[in-house]
Amino acid sequence: MRYLPLTDTDRQAMLAKIGASAIDDLFVDVPEVARLDGPIHGLPMHASEMAVERHMKKLAAKNLVAGEVPFFLGAGAYRHHVPASVDTIIQRGEFLTAYTPYQPEIAQGTLQMLFEFQTQVARLYGCAVANASLYDGSTACWEAVAMATRVTKRKRAVLSGALHPHYAEVVKTMAHYTGDEIADALPSITADPELTGLIGRIDEDTACVVVQYPDILGRIADLTPVAEAAHAKGALLVVVNTEPVALGAIKSPGEMGADIVVGEGQSLGVGLQFGGPYLGLFAVRDPKHVRQMPGRLCGETTDAEGKRGFVLTLSTREQHIRREKATSNICTNSGLCALAFTVHMTLLGEKGLRELAAENHRLACLAADRLAKVPGVEVLNNGFFNEFTLMLGGRPARETIRDLAERGVLGGVSLGRLYPGVAALEHALLVAVTETTTEEDIERLAEELEASIKETV
Amino acid sequence: MNAPNKSGWKPEMQVAESGFLGGPVTSTGNRGLMLEEPLLFEIGRADVTGVDLPEIDAGAPTRLGGLERAASIGLVGLTEPETVRHFTRLSRQNYGIDLGFFPLGSCTMKHNPRLNEKMARLPGFADIHPLQPVGTVQGALEVINELAHWLITLTGMHGVAMSPKAGAHGELCGMLCIRAALEARGDKRDVVLVPESAHGTNPATAAFAGFRVEDIPATPEGRVDVAALKARLGPDVAAVMITNPNTCGLFEKDFREMADAVHAAGGFVYCDGANFNAIVGKVRPGDLGVDAMHINLHKTFSTPHGGGGPGSGPVVLSEALAPFGPMPFTARTADGVVHLVEEESAAEFGHTQAFGRMTAFHGQMGMFTRALTYILSHGADGLKQVAEDAVLNANYILRSMEDILHAPFAASGPCMHEALFGDKDFTNGLSTLDVAKGLIDEGYHPMTVYFPLVVHGAMLVEPTETESKAAIDQFITAFRGVVERALEGDEALKQAPYYSPRRRLDETGAARKPKLAYEG
Repeated sequence: MRYLPLTDTDRQAMLAKIGASAIDDLFVDVPEVARLDGPIHGLPMHASEMAVERHMKKLAAKNLVAGEVPFFLGAGAYRHHVPASVDTIIQRGEFLTAYTPYQPEIAQGTLQMLFEFQTQVARLYGCAVANASLYDGSTACWEAVAMATRVTKRKRAVLSGALHPHYAEVVKTMAHYTGDEIADALPSITADPELTGLIGRIDEDTACVVVQYPDILGRIADLTPVAEAAHAKGALLVVVNTEPVALGAIKSPGEMGADIVVGEGQSLGVGLQFGGPYLGLFAVRDPKHVRQMPGRLCGETTDAEGKRGFVLTLSTREQHIRREKATSNICTNSGLCALAFTVHMTLLGEKGLRELAAENHRLACLAADRLAKVPGVEVLNNGFFNEFTLMLGGRPARETIRDLAERGVLGGVSLGRLYPGVAALEHALLVAVTETTTEEDIERLAEELEASIKETV
Repeated sequence: MNAPNKSGWKPEMQVAESGFLGGPVTSTGNRGLMLEEPLLFEIGRADVTGVDLPEIDAGAPTRLGGLERAASIGLVGLTEPETVRHFTRLSRQNYGIDLGFFPLGSCTMKHNPRLNEKMARLPGFADIHPLQPVGTVQGALEVINELAHWLITLTGMHGVAMSPKAGAHGELCGMLCIRAALEARGDKRDVVLVPESAHGTNPATAAFAGFRVEDIPATPEGRVDVAALKARLGPDVAAVMITNPNTCGLFEKDFREMADAVHAAGGFVYCDGANFNAIVGKVRPGDLGVDAMHINLHKTFSTPHGGGGPGSGPVVLSEALAPFGPMPFTARTADGVVHLVEEESAAEFGHTQAFGRMTAFHGQMGMFTRALTYILSHGADGLKQVAEDAVLNANYILRSMEDILHAPFAASGPCMHEALFGDKDFTNGLSTLDVAKGLIDEGYHPMTVYFPLVVHGAMLVEPTETESKAAIDQFITAFRGVVERALEGDEALKQAPYYSPRRRLDETGAARKPKLAYEG
């Protein structure tokens, strides 16, 4: 077995040292009923690298690879070009095979990187402090709600109808068991986000109002009035961002008065990976809230010789110290994804991020204009960054999507899949465009969409 | 890179105590291959980028709703050569399994096979979107389904929830299944019993899931006090959370008896599966009466720890809890098609009692491909050997150290995959921390320290199965050397480490005035 260095001679010598005659002497504490007489039945035996690779490649070949077809999916996961050096760095064994930096003297690489990551995220979000990552955007969203209930000592969270429905579902799942009250709604199907209704739902019992920016339909709005309304009632504004590249073009949530900003960092460095692992980002605008934050925090300090160094800090918030009184139960987070994000963001810098955002927006504008010309198709949005909603004629969007896939185009995400049973959204299609989209891809989508709609009319 | 050194080190600083006696003071602060590296924000520039993109056409129309980000973001960039060097230099300040023995107890730092990395990067897995039409991702769903089958079979359980993102998230998933099952039968019990030796995530998870947590004591031999547990059972106890093998490195030999008692009293049994690597392929937790157990794919099945994640924490479930598992999940029908069962199709698949959704998408696909690759490489026979070698290595260390180092449970019989020691015999005020730092100078990553809490100055050593006997013998020699110094009260140990990129760091100062982002 290529991964197991002990030889039978070694094993015998070691058993002798231990004073055991056979390996099963070391498993004497396993009760009789649970002892097995050999390898578990019905499972294959070990296999060579070549054989395993063959099997896995066969499975991989059954999937339609995003990069091989015109591709327009988003809804919380975006396909961006990841520079080659990102993967080279995250595969360095010193990063890949290290663990949580419990021994800071020999983990400065991870720790300094986390300090840089925290700084990048805080600045991107217009916040003071970011943590060292959470699992993904959806779990970060729940952590933000939980933190808001601790800060305000209130138990009601108001969710915007245009929050990603899966994020809302995660929040509602958790709240059901923590006894928090969640007020949610369906998205208004309008050209601009409908903020008046949302503001009207904030009351004196509200811990926080949660708004996605850009929202699930790709729309963007100035959230300053929501922040003001929330603050007037003593509530916090939580802003959720699922596309960090957008913040290279549009105002940061912090600038608009968000108290907690959370999001998905997958766009930078991480890749699509069928939904995970992703990267939960979490930041607060006001440093006074730091001690209520969930997850790991890296801080600057000095060593015994006076040299600058970094450590995990404020761990009295965390489960391994506070146990049942911790701010969260999280332990392992998304360290390597945070590294990928940081390397990608370092390569971009402010200049590159702004150019990347501009290119995404330019292509998205092109796509919106072209698709609006398809008979039976309307663009819902007034404003958008790189994702917008189409209202389709003909059959429901999910069927159109399947039909487009058969025509070799991954045409977007049908809102009917995200909001099953909501008739008003059955014909809505969410289209995302990034720098990886070519003008030919856009033309192809327009043509196939037109053909697909015609077929049903 | 040759940027000004801003790390705080100055050439005039004395290095006499740093172990480099007699060596010259360098002007850069570097010591040969030990290279200092400034912060990104000290070397990056706002107008530099390592990605070639079209320049912004300032006159192009936008549809950003008048929300253009006008002010500087405050980010800086580097070109590719500078980026690669910055992070490569940082990487060299890290210890990893690839560099040496990493016996961090309970964390299972075993070799990460590179085939796993290669397979996870196949475009057919890495470059697919979670919301693609399911007809275009059948291979990915098959990976999930195949891994699920392995996990169910290896544990002898009824079902598995694949979506949890790490161990603690898996714990939460299991505990929410228990809440849902109790709710379904209108049962209001809300106390969860957790042994003192448990991982901190256990009580934190139970509290996060809305339970009240009560401790149960350990016996002097390092196991759960069965009598105390039984005495506490009653109509208010919803569940127990027991780690098996436990954090003292021992198999809970009365697990079945405890599980039966808990079930008889109407409660559920959660098993923390962080240490499943000690028994994988040898023992099926389902045979011990477990209702829910998370499996850390990054421990038992060797997906890389990555400096703190990502992990993956599927939860295997008993027949009683499986109906409450979260959305989404995969199901294969007779026609060979693998379905992704989500909220709307749940009824069709007879799964109407799901407690909800734990995460936006379907789980840690990138970890599933790696874990499945690992499992297929090892097979049923190799996995059994994994458990046996891990346990053999740990017992070898236990018996090679117990003559000089306090081993509180050495008389309790064989340990499982990790050996636990304590610092009670050290002199001159020396403690576990000093031994850990002394091991750094010897070129080792220290063991887990001060955990579990039931042993004074705990040192939890987990060698794993991927170390050779020679590597372990070498470690034992070094470990004995450092322990002997602690027993003799060697003052110099209090200043260790001397030879690492940084000396002891001021953690108290860091917490008192937190500096959590670069200012400047």
